[in-house]
Amino acid sequence: MAGVPLRSTLAAGAVALALTVTACGSSGRTVSGGSGDGVLVWALTQGSETTFRASAKEWNKAHPDRKIDIQFFQNDPYKQKLRTAVGAGNGPVLFENWGGGGLKSYVDAGKAADLTPELEKNPRWKNRIFPSVLRSTTFDGKIYGVPANGVQPVVLYYNKQLFKKAGARPPKSWEDLLALVKTFKAEGIAPLAMGGGSKWPDLMWLEYLVDRIGGPRAFADIAAGKKGAWSAPAIRKAAGMIRQLVEAGGFAKGFTSVSADTGQAEAQLYTGKAAMLLQGSWGYGTIRTGASKFVAEGHLGWTGFPAVKGGKGDVKNVVGNPANFYSVSAQASGKEKKTAVSYLKDGVYNDSYVDNLLKGGDVPPVKNLDAELKSADNPDWLSYVYGLTRDADSFQLSWDQALDPELGDALLTHLDQLFLGKISPKQFCAQMDRAAAK
Amino acid sequence: MSAPGASGAAGSRSSGGAPFVMAAPALALFSLFALVPMAIVGYLSFTRWNGLGSPSWTGSDNWREALTSDVTRHALWLTAKFMVVSWLVQTPVSLLLGVFVAGRQRYRTLLAVVYFVPMLISAAALAIIFKNLLDPNFGLGATLGLPLLDHNWLGDPQLAFYTTVFVVAWQFVPFHTLLYQAGTRQIPASLYEAAAIDGAGRLAQFRHITLPQLRYTIVTSSTLMLVGSLTYFDVVFVLTGGGPGLATRFLPLDMYITGFQSNEMGRASAISVVLVAVGLLLSLIIVRFSGFSRMRSQQAGM
Repeated sequence: MAGVPLRSTLAAGAVALALTVTACGSSGRTVSGGSGDGVLVWALTQGSETTFRASAKEWNKAHPDRKIDIQFFQNDPYKQKLRTAVGAGNGPVLFENWGGGGLKSYVDAGKAADLTPELEKNPRWKNRIFPSVLRSTTFDGKIYGVPANGVQPVVLYYNKQLFKKAGARPPKSWEDLLALVKTFKAEGIAPLAMGGGSKWPDLMWLEYLVDRIGGPRAFADIAAGKKGAWSAPAIRKAAGMIRQLVEAGGFAKGFTSVSADTGQAEAQLYTGKAAMLLQGSWGYGTIRTGASKFVAEGHLGWTGFPAVKGGKGDVKNVVGNPANFYSVSAQASGKEKKTAVSYLKDGVYNDSYVDNLLKGGDVPPVKNLDAELKSADNPDWLSYVYGLTRDADSFQLSWDQALDPELGDALLTHLDQLFLGKISPKQFCAQMDRAAAK
Repeated sequence: MSAPGASGAAGSRSSGGAPFVMAAPALALFSLFALVPMAIVGYLSFTRWNGLGSPSWTGSDNWREALTSDVTRHALWLTAKFMVVSWLVQTPVSLLLGVFVAGRQRYRTLLAVVYFVPMLISAAALAIIFKNLLDPNFGLGATLGLPLLDHNWLGDPQLAFYTTVFVVAWQFVPFHTLLYQAGTRQIPASLYEAAAIDGAGRLAQFRHITLPQLRYTIVTSSTLMLVGSLTYFDVVFVLTGGGPGLATRFLPLDMYITGFQSNEMGRASAISVVLVAVGLLLSLIIVRFSGFSRMRSQQAGM
């Protein structure tokens, strides 16, 4: 060892150190190397991915000087990746999000750009979008995101073949649903499929039940941070009904470990293993991709969430996501922002974009679509979604998105335990009240 | 300016400073990528931070919350249980396999190669494979119609814990088998010959020669297993995500979920400091009480 000169050892060490440090620091907002040289866009897989891909391709062909480079991520890991990257200053220029409380935390930290001036400058762009949808991305009168795909109400899908065989009809009330559970269990078919491993599908049941029992007021109290709002009778009753449904064997075996990201719950429905599935409208796209013949032959049925006897909520109310949004990073350079805004204005929701969305079963929240809806190749589904959204007095944003992420995550954890029977409805309410008081 | 430094470096070569200089690059990297982040995490554990914006000082709030939270306490207890159960499962299996494949017969060498395969698979891929095999609707049990395999492996809170133990064991047994194989091959053949002359059977040889001779291998392997299961994350995260409910929410998962899903970086930092402290303490205890640090030769008098 004495033969190795000291100086060269140190130099080698220093070089190694320098290499590692620079390697860590070189990743920027615009991808260097890798897949492209354009403005970086992050979006979600499933649902509208096909449209996003086609749109990026078309845009880049028409604007070789203002290219965009779109990358796709799975829903659940995406939220963490985006936050970590943006927090570290390495986020994309354009990022897909859900609006609501999640986006607000980016706005509060000064990470999302105010799009109001651009929208005001282009009234044609702004006025095309449903105002109710922009409410999810408006904070203190400023707009921080524009919708990028379709409205996403949560509906109850069902397998018409199985219903026909059992001589059953889609449920109109909670009692109908419980009766159907018995019917299908007797046939050896799972009544309801669910991707409970991802936890957020659990939430759809709570959201709808609370709405049907107590109306939109119940959640308004929670969102306003009212003390004891989680122990309101509507929440307690809804939690009790969830237990009732689980104990009746309503959900497919092993639902607590099925991931909602991989389309397995949808697969249970179209392979005839389960009769019904409560899922957002993106489920239609997933089912079509997985079993286009099943949909084309008219075996897929859909209906609204059943009514609850004596409840205050209108049966026309829906829950879900008004849309997914694109927001522009406040850290992007002027040139990057300009490209991003021009893409949002002229690339998103142009004619071919809307056509592609409709083809995938997505109804974009833009005005004057009647003609396009009728001429699309799945008009039944599209008009149903369009009508559902139009006629709903209340379109409640998913609670985990509407609340701040900390409380949203506590909600998913406690609700998961309620579904598992680890805690009682009473404990659920008490624990949520405690989490909300923090 | 440069004279004292130069003479110091030159002088140190004879006075025992050289090893330190030789270790400097490694130490620099260690400080940069281990000590500095640890210090930052220590600081963050006293702040409130959602990953965006800038942290704000909150004193000991995070610590109080982390140490009194039911979820984190449950995670601590679960981690301890996981460590013990994993050790109880992995040690006998890898010890026996290791001794078995230490034999020079050709079929054993072949089997050793087969046993080694799980180590070559990345943790994420392995977890996805098992997740699909164990899927309640499209997995092995449902597809083959075997009642024995047809259980709610990952969806039942009780079962999910032991399924996780099994999958983690499946991944790590090969590594520990390798340790035991090497350890066994080091035992001089003369010991067995002498024992055979004294009339010791195979079992007696195993008990009185192989096991005592493997003592330090057992200590090494156990340390790695225990500290490893304390900090184990990737397979569990992909396999169950900490669920169902809190059934597999071990401390590292609790830390990750708190930090990156609830966006409470401060509280997650407090949990991670606990994790580091417990890990250090554990390895110190094992080394101290097993006599590992003395490392006496096992072959005195040979």
